Amino acid sequence: MRQETMFVDPQRCIGCRACGAACRECSTHKGYSMIFVDYIDRSETTATMPTICMHCNEPTCAQVCPADAIKQDENGVVMTALKPRCLDCRNCVNACPFGVPKYNSAMHLQMKCDMCYDRTAEGLKPMCASVCPTGALTFGKYEDVVPLRRTKPVNIHVFGNQRVETKVYLMLPTDAESVEVNSRDSGIDPAIHESWIDTQVEDADKSNEF
Amino acid sequence: MSKVQYLDNIIDRFGPHLHDAPDGGWLADRTIDKTVSTHCPYCGMQCGMKLLVEDKKVVGLEPRYEFPVNEGRLCPKGVTAYLQVHHPDRLQYPLIKRNGIFERASWEEAFDLIVSKFKALQEEHGKDSIAVYSGSSLTTEKTYLVGKFARLGLGTRYVDYNGRLCMASAAAGNKKAFGIDRAANPWSDIPFAEVLIIAGANCAETFPIINGFLWRQRDNGGSWIVIDPRETPTARQGDIHLQLRPGTDVAVTNGILNVLINEDLIDQAFIDSRTNDWEATRELALKFTPDVASQISGVPAEKIVRAAKLYGRAKTGMVMHARGIEHHSNGTENVLSYINLVLATGKIGSRGRGYGTITGQGNGQGGREHGQKADQLPGYRMITDPEHRKYIAGVWGIEESELPEAGLSAVEVFEKMRQGEIRGLLSICSNMMVSLPDTNKVRESLEAVEFNVCIDFFMSEAARYADVVLPGTTWAEDEGTTTSGEGRVIKINKAIDPPGEARRDWEILQEIARRMGRGKFFGFNSPREIWDELRVASKGGSADYYGITYEKIEAQDGVFWPCPTEESTGTPRLFEERFAHPDGKAKFHAIEYKGAAEKPDDEYPLIFTSGRIVHQYLSGNQTRRIGFLVQQCPEPFVEIHPETALKYQINDGERIKVVSRRGEGVFPALVVNTIRPDTIFIPYHWGEQLAANQITNAVLDPTSKIPEFKACAARIEKIHSRELPILGKDRKGRDASEVQKGK
Repeated sequence: MRQETMFVDPQRCIGCRACGAACRECSTHKGYSMIFVDYIDRSETTATMPTICMHCNEPTCAQVCPADAIKQDENGVVMTALKPRCLDCRNCVNACPFGVPKYNSAMHLQMKCDMCYDRTAEGLKPMCASVCPTGALTFGKYEDVVPLRRTKPVNIHVFGNQRVETKVYLMLPTDAESVEVNSRDSGIDPAIHESWIDTQVEDADKSNEF
Repeated sequence: MSKVQYLDNIIDRFGPHLHDAPDGGWLADRTIDKTVSTHCPYCGMQCGMKLLVEDKKVVGLEPRYEFPVNEGRLCPKGVTAYLQVHHPDRLQYPLIKRNGIFERASWEEAFDLIVSKFKALQEEHGKDSIAVYSGSSLTTEKTYLVGKFARLGLGTRYVDYNGRLCMASAAAGNKKAFGIDRAANPWSDIPFAEVLIIAGANCAETFPIINGFLWRQRDNGGSWIVIDPRETPTARQGDIHLQLRPGTDVAVTNGILNVLINEDLIDQAFIDSRTNDWEATRELALKFTPDVASQISGVPAEKIVRAAKLYGRAKTGMVMHARGIEHHSNGTENVLSYINLVLATGKIGSRGRGYGTITGQGNGQGGREHGQKADQLPGYRMITDPEHRKYIAGVWGIEESELPEAGLSAVEVFEKMRQGEIRGLLSICSNMMVSLPDTNKVRESLEAVEFNVCIDFFMSEAARYADVVLPGTTWAEDEGTTTSGEGRVIKINKAIDPPGEARRDWEILQEIARRMGRGKFFGFNSPREIWDELRVASKGGSADYYGITYEKIEAQDGVFWPCPTEESTGTPRLFEERFAHPDGKAKFHAIEYKGAAEKPDDEYPLIFTSGRIVHQYLSGNQTRRIGFLVQQCPEPFVEIHPETALKYQINDGERIKVVSRRGEGVFPALVVNTIRPDTIFIPYHWGEQLAANQITNAVLDPTSKIPEFKACAARIEKIHSRELPILGKDRKGRDASEVQKGK
């Protein structure tokens, strides 16, 4: 039996940011949200996309940490940097291919989603997946969640030359085996038009720094 | 006579200020003394939640996984709801306005002033010179008491409430077609419907938690037909989006009915055995070929055909709608025309086959059933019916003749204030300066009224106009019931005592009544005592609550009315065997297309429509003070299609003027492909110069008296503004109504 993990289904996201509000209630980082919710392109669509830590099997953030401050637990959950070790260098913030870790300048500490370690240890679901109205963020076992869905779980992401396998699954409406991001070949314009309504939430959850 | 003279002073003292942390800050280690199982104070979903209490303060929340409706799920408003409880803007003592400045007063002073003014007005101008205006975010006990207070405490006929702006059309349509006003099915039926028709309902933003049911239906292989002038998140996620011109629903529904008839997708056996008046409806629908429907609505004919076939061929299906079709001068007819589809296909009365309205206010359902509506008495009884009057007079211990006659609806009451016929106002749980149509007229009404009392727990935009403001309580400080959108009566539980000198709303009303010399009718010591009288008052009525006790609600996770006896466990699904009309049959209504009262012309060439966003709740009096919510969308905007923007040379983010025959406002343009080129949209949660209702048309539906918030004519003007939308860190304190006190 596989362990419980997160399933991210952007198709279901309604952009409400209940996940972000609930994330702040987590005891290990009270008042700070570790979640990003972005409009894809508000001028064209109301589609939004939640980004949470994907909990890589071989986490880039931990690999680039000069102080070995970022640890995985026995289930592969990648934890927030250990406070006594964190050097303020922000290597992890810059290196994460998903752009997840945040830097808390007041506490001189890197912070990231630890999949609500304090809650899961007590058998409770993480806050974000508990409140998500649509199941865009779902916490559960693979064999319990996937058969109920019509989307395909994918946990291999290719960023140019980098290939990462993640504990968290992205649920896709396609048959793809992996998600590939390569700005040169994908036809995605990196300078995509961003509506002011999206930049408006910059402070709220678009910055990697508190 | 009370104007707002010193707005800065009011905003400085009472907000809205942005507040974004629990009492004492974001502390990781708290000792939680108790966890109170209750519900969210906001929309009609009434999600279960738990409040965490430390040292008599609400300091956090925990999902209530075991409550069957939401199983822990909450929207961002729900997650942050507890932050309003200890908000620095909370009103903590009575206020009396002297020389334009609100001064702190004792309860004694405030009551004395209110009673002397009310008595003087009534002696000089008659009992009906005072109006009571209420809301549906109150518990059912309080709404019951508001009706009784107005009619017995003050003896006035004028009592109405903000449900007029919410559920009135749905209620009237349901009553006409089915003989009863309640959602036909529990939400838990939704996952079993093959096809959903979701009309004028931006479920994703206005009712987020229903999306859990919608997606379970999707996971089961179901599909959605979404009917909306905007590509809302719900419309985007649906299978067929009929992006109609605002106000043309009847053309679309008649067009669908036309296809159902021609494709033989109707259920003749059901029509024959369980309905009346089909023939006229059928004949009318035959005129609305897909092409005719398309011409009126702007929806491609083949899409109408595709939608009709999808719904018609499915074995199960449900139709759900919300304010988008109801906020029209023909709102009741719109509702009836959607019900025609349900009845013609016989899709009602079993699991996955049904119909429902999506209730906006938390207690939109309970709040309209027990007597705070101008024409109704408790138990959904009619004040015009001699038998009904006699029964309630009996429960209240008065002669039937002492019971006032029917009053007038919300907008009409405010008209009477301008005309000088109503001279005193007591409002509770309502922010009319945001919620009523035609803000400029509402302001005139509030300024015209001679004596104005407001009960609220925050200084709303409407409260600013009051002579006396009395501090009431939030949902966390009192107990009582509400009835959710599916007809489930649930229990709100008290977590803490009211702050400062604030008092529970029902105590305030009782004290005024007592001092008006009517104390013998208001001897309640607790919400439970009010509830027990309400149960008796509703007994035998259409909304029969007699068998619902607090204990039964807790034991069953809510009770669906009707629940007429102690033994009954309630009625989750209606119409399984019969409808509520005396002959047990439902009624078709042949609905001719009329459209909006005000149509675009050369001077005002665009259709204006208003609505909501996910981060604000109704008039925003509670949610515009929560930092997290305001950050997501600090100010209203106007959605414009790129084609229209190009025509007027308007850039994305540029501030432009929106003008109608009622008023005008300046809003940043959000240039998006997700709206029709002939339509513009503004979310309505803000007040004063940011109010979308400066533009709206206060014309009423003749049956439900709901105003036409969803369609009027407007134009846009480029004003060459250099001011940008409120961005990033600069947003705080940039706008007069959202000033942030120095951090």
